[in-house]
Amino acid sequence: MSQNDKLVIAGREFTSRLMVGTGKYASNEQMVRALEASGAEIITVAVRRVNLDRSKESLLDFIDLKKYTLLPNTAGCYSADDAIRTCRLAREAGMSDFVKLEVLGDEKTLFPENEELLKAAKVLVKEGFTVLPYTSDDPIMCKKLEDIGCAAVMPLGAPIGSGLGIRNPYNIRIILDTVKVPVIVDAGVGTASDAAIAMELGCHGVLMNTGIAGAKDPVAMAEAMNLAVRAGRLAYRAGRIPKKLYATASSPIEGLVE
Amino acid sequence: MQITINGEERSLTTQTMLQLLQSLEIDPRRVAVELNMEILPKAAYEATTLADGDRIEIVHFVGGG
Repeated sequence: MSQNDKLVIAGREFTSRLMVGTGKYASNEQMVRALEASGAEIITVAVRRVNLDRSKESLLDFIDLKKYTLLPNTAGCYSADDAIRTCRLAREAGMSDFVKLEVLGDEKTLFPENEELLKAAKVLVKEGFTVLPYTSDDPIMCKKLEDIGCAAVMPLGAPIGSGLGIRNPYNIRIILDTVKVPVIVDAGVGTASDAAIAMELGCHGVLMNTGIAGAKDPVAMAEAMNLAVRAGRLAYRAGRIPKKLYATASSPIEGLVE
Repeated sequence: MQITINGEERSLTTQTMLQLLQSLEIDPRRVAVELNMEILPKAAYEATTLADGDRIEIVHFVGGG
């Protein structure tokens, strides 16, 4: 069934709807095992200065680029200029056009600075990037990002690393009604049911990092998330029963002994 | 000549960008380089000679969410 249900982003097809970050693991070895357990095909990376004293170390020593598609992020950028500069560097380093665009507004909440985000998205789309923007769960923002030409929209479920889950599922549903590009919940997922809920709402994918890397057993949690995203997607496609206030019996009324 | 690399001032002899990366044991395929705020394409590393006062940023991918 999953053969016919690919995630399509900017014309590229993916089987897995779970995207995973590469940050915050206890070790590169643990990261590799967690990514494997997650079944993810798209993984995020950050762009940072090479440590000149220890330049031999490299994340890419541990990542099989034939297996994974890198999605460089602009984490730590608080202005459109910084984000644009980071994306250009990322493209040069990775020779891929995919970017996760984040422009942050505030250190405590890490909520997006939407004005700067729109500015950056406009420039980057013009320069031919495939832009996946991290944004608020605001349908109006998502529509603007789609209109600018972003390849998907990535509304947050809750603040990055908060584990609070999908804080406003109703907004997420409205976003799904509002845009035609893939909707990928990014940020806030804390446990498997959060990911399943996002998929049951109709989201096209889920992106997470802390939910896996911060778990007591990241490899086990990665497997849980893998299953949750698949289960949620299957449930969505299976067509759930409606919610009703009163009961409807599951067993026949006739034929009871008297 | 004095060059700033990733915020650090260094004294270097005249060399190309490629030679600099090699001396730092950096794999040119794994990085992106900015020279004076402009991205320097990989194809230009060998042909670009560094000058006194140049500011260089050398970045690569690290773990992140």
